Amino acid sequence: MIDELTHYFSSPSNREVVLESLGQHIYLALVPLVLGALLAVPAGRFAQRVPKVRGVLLGSANILYTIPSLALFVIIPALIGTGATASINVVIALTIYNAALLARPVMEGLNSVPEHIVTAATALGYRPRRRFFAVEVPLALPVLSTSLRVASVSNVSLVSVGALIGIGGLGRLFTDGFQRDYLTPILIGVVLTLLLAMAGDLLIVALRRLCTPWQRATAGGR
Amino acid sequence: MIITELLAWLSDSDNWFSSTGLLVQTLWHLYYCVLSVLVASIIAMPIGLWIGHTGRGGASVVVLSNSMRALPTLGLVTLFVLLAGIGELPTLAGLVILAIPAVLSGAYAGVQSVPKDVRDAAKGMGMTPLQQLWQVELPNAAPLLFGGVRTAMLQVVATASVAAYVGLGGLGSILLEGIKTYSYGQTLAAALFIALLAVLLDTLLSRLSRILTPRGIRVGRPAAAASDA
Repeated sequence: MIDELTHYFSSPSNREVVLESLGQHIYLALVPLVLGALLAVPAGRFAQRVPKVRGVLLGSANILYTIPSLALFVIIPALIGTGATASINVVIALTIYNAALLARPVMEGLNSVPEHIVTAATALGYRPRRRFFAVEVPLALPVLSTSLRVASVSNVSLVSVGALIGIGGLGRLFTDGFQRDYLTPILIGVVLTLLLAMAGDLLIVALRRLCTPWQRATAGGR
Repeated sequence: MIITELLAWLSDSDNWFSSTGLLVQTLWHLYYCVLSVLVASIIAMPIGLWIGHTGRGGASVVVLSNSMRALPTLGLVTLFVLLAGIGELPTLAGLVILAIPAVLSGAYAGVQSVPKDVRDAAKGMGMTPLQQLWQVELPNAAPLLFGGVRTAMLQVVATASVAAYVGLGGLGSILLEGIKTYSYGQTLAAALFIALLAVLLDTLLSRLSRILTPRGIRVGRPAAAASDA
């Protein structure tokens, strides 16, 4: 196995393909996560504050999530007229998924903020906007970060599917390997995908610890 | 404009009723999905329930199911097919592996969510561990347990279309052929059917979950059935 790996990596073009796919994979998984989270915050807030739209919003989010990724990758260019193999299709599709996936956790996270804390912040003179960003969102982070981890991991694995419509990422190693009947690139792709997912997960956990110092101060936290 | 392409494709009855048409492939898709989720449940449910019951190894369930979620199904499927040859078995193995983490963590989280005093009461009544699990913990765990199965089913329905790349039938074969021949109508029709199948199966499972969950638990925790997607 080691022999096959050294043999594979001894070719500069192979090295280049792996590095390029890895970079593209990171980009295609990360950008939608950030965009999706940014969209989910107002959507979740809206759902939390206006019970009437909650059912509709969360219901349509659920339905969006049932559209298979492969199909979405193909429908988007047909709808908005981007090129069939443009990576923007994957970015848009995964952004939709992430926003749909994160809207409910945002709502639940905001709901988990104890009412007396919100009242206390108001009493201290926080205006609604500042109270939201400085008090409610940080306190919602522990609940939200769990879902953020799920979203980031599922992104990393969904990006691979893009290879079927000719969009890079590590999935390219799977389709290449399959067509050439060559195991090594497939194995490399699987291992790198796993490592990438783990790295993203650790990063979110680290960011969460960094952003919620009070959880470490109170022994054990919540 | 795509809608007209879709309607044009759908209006050709050959696309519906031929041996590789929508109806036959939908049945194949259904068969693959139900089979893989069933196999995954048979493997993962007892493990999740038992670990939830004993409370030992809970951390490893979380780690295992999280890292399994990251496994790229396309990579696994191509790998298995290269190792074992083209066929249904290696492809379905990939789908089973995809479904396991959701079922496992649903079963585990379900048992874990049973309040401690309820378990203590069962123990105090002199129930054996198996009786506690079967008569007390399982009914209480049902909403989360079914949530896990529903998540697994949604993922499998979507991903089974990817498996068509290595020769599995189902709606994915129609979808991929549409991509290859730049036929948007065909691709969209297949995508539509996959989404419909997903919604249908999810609704059926949610009904089943309601029927199998004892009424007292349903009343007490209305929101618990929400999937952990």
